[in-house]
Amino acid sequence: MALSDDTADGERQRKLPFSAFLKGAWQVLWTVLITMIGLLAVTFIIGRVMPIDPVLSVVGESASQATYDAAYKELGLDKPLITQFLLFLGNVLQGNFGESLLTARPVSQDLIRVFPATLELATVGIIIGIVLGVPLGVVAAVKQNSWIDHIARVIALIGYSMPVFWIGLIGLLVLYGQLGWVSGPGRLDIFYVDIVPTVTGMILVDSLLARDMDVFWNAVSHIILPAGLLAYYSLAYISRMTRSFMLEQLEQEYITTARVKGLSERAVIWRHAFGNVKVPLITVIALSYAGLLEGSVLTETIFSWPGIGSYITTGLLSADMNAVLGGTVVVGLVFVCLNIFSDLLYKFFDPRAK
Amino acid sequence: MKAFKSLRQDKTLRLGKSLTSGKALLVGALAGSIALSASLAIAKTPANILVIANRIDDITTLDPAQSFEFAGSDLSRNVYGKLVNFDPADFSKGYQPDLAASWSVSGDGKTITFKMRSGVKFHSGNPVTAKDAVYSLQRAVKLNKTPAFILTQFGFNKDNADQTIKLIDDMSFSITTDKKYATSFVLNCLASNIGGIVDMKTVMANEKDGDFGNAWLKTNTAGSGAYKLVNWKPNESYTLTVNKDFYAGKPALDRVIVRHIQESATQRLLLEKGDIDIARNLNPQDITGITGNKDLAVDSDLRGRLMYISFNQKDPNLSKPKVIEALKYLIDYKGMQDSFLKGQYTIHQAFLPRTYLGEIDDKPYSYNVDKAKALLKEAGVDGLELKIIVREAQERVEIAQSLQNTFGKAGVKVTLQVGTGKQTLSVYRAREHQIYVGAWGPDYPDPNTNAGTFAFNPDNSDAAKATGLLAWRNGWALPEMSKATKAAVQEPDKAKRAAMYQAIQREHQKRGPFAVMFQKIEQTGRRANVKGVNVGAAITAISYWPITK
Repeated sequence: MALSDDTADGERQRKLPFSAFLKGAWQVLWTVLITMIGLLAVTFIIGRVMPIDPVLSVVGESASQATYDAAYKELGLDKPLITQFLLFLGNVLQGNFGESLLTARPVSQDLIRVFPATLELATVGIIIGIVLGVPLGVVAAVKQNSWIDHIARVIALIGYSMPVFWIGLIGLLVLYGQLGWVSGPGRLDIFYVDIVPTVTGMILVDSLLARDMDVFWNAVSHIILPAGLLAYYSLAYISRMTRSFMLEQLEQEYITTARVKGLSERAVIWRHAFGNVKVPLITVIALSYAGLLEGSVLTETIFSWPGIGSYITTGLLSADMNAVLGGTVVVGLVFVCLNIFSDLLYKFFDPRAK
Repeated sequence: MKAFKSLRQDKTLRLGKSLTSGKALLVGALAGSIALSASLAIAKTPANILVIANRIDDITTLDPAQSFEFAGSDLSRNVYGKLVNFDPADFSKGYQPDLAASWSVSGDGKTITFKMRSGVKFHSGNPVTAKDAVYSLQRAVKLNKTPAFILTQFGFNKDNADQTIKLIDDMSFSITTDKKYATSFVLNCLASNIGGIVDMKTVMANEKDGDFGNAWLKTNTAGSGAYKLVNWKPNESYTLTVNKDFYAGKPALDRVIVRHIQESATQRLLLEKGDIDIARNLNPQDITGITGNKDLAVDSDLRGRLMYISFNQKDPNLSKPKVIEALKYLIDYKGMQDSFLKGQYTIHQAFLPRTYLGEIDDKPYSYNVDKAKALLKEAGVDGLELKIIVREAQERVEIAQSLQNTFGKAGVKVTLQVGTGKQTLSVYRAREHQIYVGAWGPDYPDPNTNAGTFAFNPDNSDAAKATGLLAWRNGWALPEMSKATKAAVQEPDKAKRAAMYQAIQREHQKRGPFAVMFQKIEQTGRRANVKGVNVGAAITAISYWPITK
């Protein structure tokens, strides 16, 4: 992570005894399991009580009753609800989410296709958000109530309050339509599509693996605007949180002590104050990242980005419950994993969390 | 694929100045994403590739025996040949020989014998023979998927398909219907999507558990049309490449790429920048926005969808002929067409969409409050109160609001009941509505697709439960007209048959409890250099092969 550069010298890794590790791991696993089952159950029930007829979305309005009945059976809708759920649960454990009504392919295959697109976008977005948001927050706190602080506040406020739809379209209109600085919607220009072999599904990574810089730069010019848009939103949040964490630390006595000791201002701010801000900041960043990984439906729609957000939404609108449930499981897993990951980082950074 | 690399334009991208100081960061925070600047020559689509923006998230399968959506029909029309087909150069000629070179009809009018065109090949290289045609039709009947009714209405079913669809020799076969039908009826149906002829050898090689290759054909194609499928990424894009051996001559463009672009505004931007050649879902505002741009052009084409309102004949007031007539005079056709439906719908008052066999363009009704008042008076109805049910789709709700307003001018008090598609449809199917605002799209390119529902209702009893028939849904008993509709289905002479439909429609306009109001217009934005775009009018889908740029 970019943050650790300044602070690597100040931290020491601690080792946990193995038995404690096992116990911890078991606890984590248990929590994950309960959370996931709960998530599946809720989604499944909501899906079944929705006032959409999944059969009609398969066969269309003018199908004969016989065709309708056949499809009804084929979807397993004639079985009791609890049986349907248990069947679904069993399949999910085997990594089988069933077939999507809309794409006529296994949902797992669809997810492998759409999730990397979101992952790529969200990761670039959160990196920009951190790289710009954290220093912005720090500077705003250090120079509290100066013009820098005011500008930072305005930027964050705009980030909070502008509708993503509007700002995305304006971004496209100006940067793509008028200035031509970035490429338009989609992940690649058409003549770059399907050139590099799919390995991770993230075009930036795949093109680097294939050492195809033309494709890489084209992908960069496509991703920069939507990722910048997502970054702006997380930046607004991250910079505000960084500022308030920093302000709290800068008022502490140890900062005064450090200054009295004659440490440089740089060391006081970055090593001492920021060193203590890192821990709560991890939670903030992890949550923003998880939010981005859910897939931003609006951003994906405007930029024709085939990600998981629009996949789940399209599925929802057409009563494609397999797709919705599969997508929900992935999003749920992402949240749980990021939580575990930030817990681990806590243990790494925070001397108290042992 | 590598060939496309050479098409790339020379783009040089460089990273902007790296941002170092805190102040620069502040400036950079908002503009962070602009750190990239590219000296872009405007990205134009390559000369041999057609790039189209369209909403293609409705494609659920590519199997011609199952596909029944708009975007799927676009693809199917260009990938699969049919026995007979519509010529994009002139739809008014009706169906023309395609993979069948000729046909003859038996004396009793039940058997049609087809002779196949020789020398045509599938994309796989296999020759197109009568065996493939027989297999394709039999598998469509036996699979019995959503569009199967288009074929099974002629009496084919999975038990008799082997006898009724019969191979004669390598290049000829026959089909025998259960009754005598107009040849034009049968052939029009064979010209619809489900009539797509698949490559038997390829499909059978990919059959699984006796599914006639249905699972494989969902995501693959085996046709003989002008283009062949390279790949289909659901909700993302599909790519077609030219069939150099297309029997009607190699199409001009080597590749067609259709990208799923949901937003009209995004489609417009891409079109203006030249990143796409055709934008198929521009909304009226964006159409207005690009009008006047010299590099772009807008085409308007009639499509098959109709907007109508219907009056339930179980209602004592609404069943009075004078009341029906009066209400038809209380619709502000022109006002709606020129305001919120502008560019999307045009006035049309008959149940067959224009470009269909037997179409009429009569418009006997216009907005006339005085006449309506007089008619209501003659009917002896005073202080009429009506409920209109309408589905929560913007244009339909707007239509209902306009009706509420104009009906009110003649003292007819209207309440609106807005519901989801499922809610309104279930009320309609149960015949519990008073007035319903409906949209109807034809299922196959023969007049019977609409006549058979607007003007056909052999048994009006509740027990008949003919929920598929619009006439039944509105409780309209029409024995005479049902007979006429049935007779039209069997009339062998095409011109006479067209005349029969014209007569039925005129009668329907006069007496029917339906006020057909509008026919759909589709507006397509294209680069001015792109020529020969024909989206298929009301009867079929877009043809890519005549397009040049």
